[in-house]
Amino acid sequence: MATQERLGTKRLVVGAHYGTFDFIVQRMTAVIMAVYTLILFFAYLFTPEMNFESWRALFTFTVGALPLGQMLATLAFLSVCWHGWVGVREILMDYCHPAGLRLVLQTLGVLWLVGTAAFFINTLWSI
Amino acid sequence: MSDPATRPRPQFRNLNLQMLLTYRQPPAAKTSILHRISGALLVLSLPLVVVPLFGLSITSPESFAGMAAWVGNPLCKLVLLVLIWAYMHHFCAGIRYITLDLHFGNSREASQRSGAIVIGVSLGLTFIFALKLFGVW
Repeated sequence: MATQERLGTKRLVVGAHYGTFDFIVQRMTAVIMAVYTLILFFAYLFTPEMNFESWRALFTFTVGALPLGQMLATLAFLSVCWHGWVGVREILMDYCHPAGLRLVLQTLGVLWLVGTAAFFINTLWSI
Repeated sequence: MSDPATRPRPQFRNLNLQMLLTYRQPPAAKTSILHRISGALLVLSLPLVVVPLFGLSITSPESFAGMAAWVGNPLCKLVLLVLIWAYMHHFCAGIRYITLDLHFGNSREASQRSGAIVIGVSLGLTFIFALKLFGVW
């Protein structure tokens, strides 16, 4: 169709490449979470007896003075929240079209995820 | 009016809720919408279920017992079962998307098949974890 052939020259495609950035963020955070999931799963599987001490050790183990367990959990959880934000934003862009309402919901989404991250980090690092 | 840019494009606005419910989606489309639904569920559950239970489980032996008591509640088990499914589906579908990004299985047949596999595998994994959750094994 002639219409479709001319669209390419009629339409000016612009952007700040945040789409590409979000695409990469979504996949990098996904890989971090998937790897951490498998680490936790196999650690759980190969722990002879799972109780409070051994469960807690999965998140509090240290290498020398380095709190590696807490650091890995924090990295994974921040990935969860960033990944969640990209997803929330995408869902709102697809289903919520009034700009004002979308802005309100996006703000609530940011508060929800930032609050969750603060809640988690406070919980994990105060034990 | 002959300018294609100003001519109104055909619009299809006759989709209604009933059609949305009865329209037969191919497996890849089902996987896709379930990926969204499971992702939204997980985001909503984070500060309400996941972080509170996690906090109880790692704070002290007493709070660990408190967490176990919560998880012992049948209603809580049901919520956790839904969240386990959401995690399994989101995990499997996510791996499928990454393989598609890497240009594996991009043909129509292969992507429909992998879509169906994702739904089946995540349900199977959910079943295994449900056995553990409800103490069958």
